[in-house]
Amino acid sequence: MKAFAALYRKLDSATSTRAKQAAMIAFFAAAKADPAQWASAAWAVYFLSGGKPRQTAPTRLLWRLAVEGSGYPDWLCGECYGAVGDLAEMLSLLLPEGVAGEEVSLDTWMRERLLPLPTLDEEERYAGLKRWVGELPSDERLAFFKLITGELRVGVSRLQVVKALAEVVGVDEGCMAQRLIGYSQARRIPTATDFEALIGEVLHSEAQALDAGKPFPFYLAQSWSRPVAEMLPALGSPPDWIIEWKYDGIRAQLLKRGADWRLWSRGEGLISDAYPDLEPLARALPSGTAIDGELVVLIPPEGDYEADSLDGLAIFASLQQRLGRKIVSEKTKRELPVAFIAYDILESEGRDLRAEPQHVRRALLEALVDRLFIEARTRGERLPIRISPTVSADTWEALAEKREQARSLMREGFMLKAREGAYGIGRRKGGDRADVWWKWKLDPMSVDAVVIYAERGHGRRSGVYTDYTFAVWSAGEGASARELVPFAKAYSGLTDAEIREMDSIVRRTTIETFGPVRSVNPTQVFELGFEGIAPSKRHKSGVAVRFPRMLRWRRDKPIAEADTLDALKALLAGQGVR
Amino acid sequence: MDLIASTDRGLYCAAGDFHIDPWRPVPRAIITHGHSDHARFGSEIYVCHRDTAPILRKRLGDVTIETVEYGEVLTRDGVEISLHPAGHVLGSAQVRVALNGETWVASGDYKLESDGVSPAFEPVRCHVFITESTFGLPIYRWRPQADTFAAIDAWRRENIAAGRASILFAYALGKAQRLIANLDPALGPIVCHGAVEAINALYREAGIALPATHLATQIEHKREFASAVIVAPPSAAASPWLKRFGDYSDALASGWMQVRGNRRRRGLDRGFALSDHADWPGLIAAIEATGAERALVTHGYTDPLTRYLREKGLDARALHTAYGEDQGTEGAEGEAESGAREGRP
Repeated sequence: MKAFAALYRKLDSATSTRAKQAAMIAFFAAAKADPAQWASAAWAVYFLSGGKPRQTAPTRLLWRLAVEGSGYPDWLCGECYGAVGDLAEMLSLLLPEGVAGEEVSLDTWMRERLLPLPTLDEEERYAGLKRWVGELPSDERLAFFKLITGELRVGVSRLQVVKALAEVVGVDEGCMAQRLIGYSQARRIPTATDFEALIGEVLHSEAQALDAGKPFPFYLAQSWSRPVAEMLPALGSPPDWIIEWKYDGIRAQLLKRGADWRLWSRGEGLISDAYPDLEPLARALPSGTAIDGELVVLIPPEGDYEADSLDGLAIFASLQQRLGRKIVSEKTKRELPVAFIAYDILESEGRDLRAEPQHVRRALLEALVDRLFIEARTRGERLPIRISPTVSADTWEALAEKREQARSLMREGFMLKAREGAYGIGRRKGGDRADVWWKWKLDPMSVDAVVIYAERGHGRRSGVYTDYTFAVWSAGEGASARELVPFAKAYSGLTDAEIREMDSIVRRTTIETFGPVRSVNPTQVFELGFEGIAPSKRHKSGVAVRFPRMLRWRRDKPIAEADTLDALKALLAGQGVR
Repeated sequence: MDLIASTDRGLYCAAGDFHIDPWRPVPRAIITHGHSDHARFGSEIYVCHRDTAPILRKRLGDVTIETVEYGEVLTRDGVEISLHPAGHVLGSAQVRVALNGETWVASGDYKLESDGVSPAFEPVRCHVFITESTFGLPIYRWRPQADTFAAIDAWRRENIAAGRASILFAYALGKAQRLIANLDPALGPIVCHGAVEAINALYREAGIALPATHLATQIEHKREFASAVIVAPPSAAASPWLKRFGDYSDALASGWMQVRGNRRRRGLDRGFALSDHADWPGLIAAIEATGAERALVTHGYTDPLTRYLREKGLDARALHTAYGEDQGTEGAEGEAESGAREGRP
């Protein structure tokens, strides 16, 4: 635990990627050299790459520890939490210093102490926690509480973990990414053997790992947000690119190896079970195939349709209703059927195609989907697959014009893929590199909205009022009675200086405080942007928006001129939703 | 009637007709210490400890100052006034005010741990204690300062080994000198920003021994910066002044660094929780040591501290002052922000 806590502190305090990388490399190298540390190192990899065990002690119990352990009243602990904005950190600062006991390894902590906690009754759990905390050196307490609350984000990406491990082991990043896939799945209990597998020599049979049904690391796109005029000089002309729509669905890989099929989402979770609708498609796929694409809800038209027809594509809100469902009823499959929009092929007849140029892969994919369609037709069957249609135009300006239709088509914009590009790993920060994938998204929808509530943030925003609730007017200006109706919460988009200013405005204009929330006198208007809008029965406003964030502080606007509910409903209608 | 009350100009003693740390111009101002939110421009006569006078002159120019020693009693209209060490910075004082057997003490800013460069805090028995509450939450519990200095030295060693300069941001008055006096001088040269060096001179003139310090312009070879610690006010962060030091790691020494979010918001490499204000146990201990039955709580986490004291059976009330806006960020950045104001040449 000592070594892991030290690594945690280093990663937490380092501001440069280089320093974080160096800290991880040193940690993994030390662990690699000492088999006694493998089991703990396996956990470290699990946490750093985003693994989250089930919370072993409920927040209720931690709160009790804060109150009883510190001897301070509940309300004062509440004030402390508000100032820190992080329960684990607040506990580590609030509880009295213990008398450090013997070193307990991370593996022992997890396997013998924390993971069995849920099997104990409340009093036993509390007694255990209290005793352990008393024996922890003070500089290990933060990491310890983080193990329980599961919020171990320390600003390292999965890719950085891959790089550090790859360097320590001396294998290439692709190989390490492959080894790490599925590693940090929820509820998984990593072992010394897992770490040994990560640091082992590359076997010629490593390729066999593919047979185990693991997906390829996803290739991610970068955002193109520069003006259209800069596209020609930076990217060349449109014919150098394969241009497709960007969909608002779930990025996924569909794999067929042997008789088994698997669907992996970009979060690298295995989600096959949640989408049995894809079973007929998977059955039809030849063995040794991996296709990359987007999972969407799509209600197929009655008659015949082409492989690249997206008729019946539904908004993301429909897909959301299928997320997280463990049991999929026939009714759900009928009302919210999913389809796979394929846009890349990574493996065909068991051969890794990722080094092939984009246009070659595209041609292979088209041939595959066409074949599937023809075969299905002869069987009188309809398969839940489409091929992502390409879009072409001679100039970027013409494309920009076409892009405007994206929203009414329930799409986000375009994807630009270099014709000659290979399929890479993760997100490349490569400037204008030839094999980059660009996402060229439509500007978000926006309305001018008024801040009516504020809450303090978390992490680097702790203690500062950074999370706001936004409202629009129930009726237009001049209406006899109108009120502000809340419709969205947002916390991103402001600079640190703007945050400080808003924080001070919130404090000055507070009307009432309810726990962590303050209601404020409505004085500030922001242009609030969002990616999508859907009807909602849960919200008083009747709408729910997706990815809301502040685009601009409209200091020039008096609150009376903020937008109305009708403006939101017009956006809803414009998106093709009735 | 209360011996001291808060008015729109500052804490005011009507019986003796004087203000304490007024935030607007008054005829007669008793000043607890030289920080800019306590010693403001425009009053006719300033009364302060002898060691605070040069700081006031430097800040406010040629103003009328009457100086006193700790413990020396002034009498105005029957009101006894005396200053007692507050342990905050050089010359800092608590103000004791007594009339007809009733004693009030206004703390100004204070800390209990003796820092070696300012006279140590002395508890003063009183009936009513006006206390600050900058760090009035139990999460603020300082480690012994020796541990913090050791942590800073360890960071310096890491930087020296990596061949980069150590830039340490600290409030120019008080915190900077406390650091300079306590860091390991054997590690490398101590380089000070002009704003810090100017205050160093005042400390030395007051007889406080500080190790040798240098201005950046006095360092001949740029490579010497790689083993140096550079002490600068927080306002120097992200300024072109830093360019001359080449590769560096930066850190801030402030009580606010106790909470990770504050450090991360500033984008600094390191934060060391070192404050010239009392931590929570310090505030509670200081209030208790006065034997006061009434406590008036000013700037900082005013509400939580007041409520806590009331629940403990003390007659505590919040007292509005202009020394800090509100708890949290406003107050939270106060310590560093006032340092920022002061750092401008």
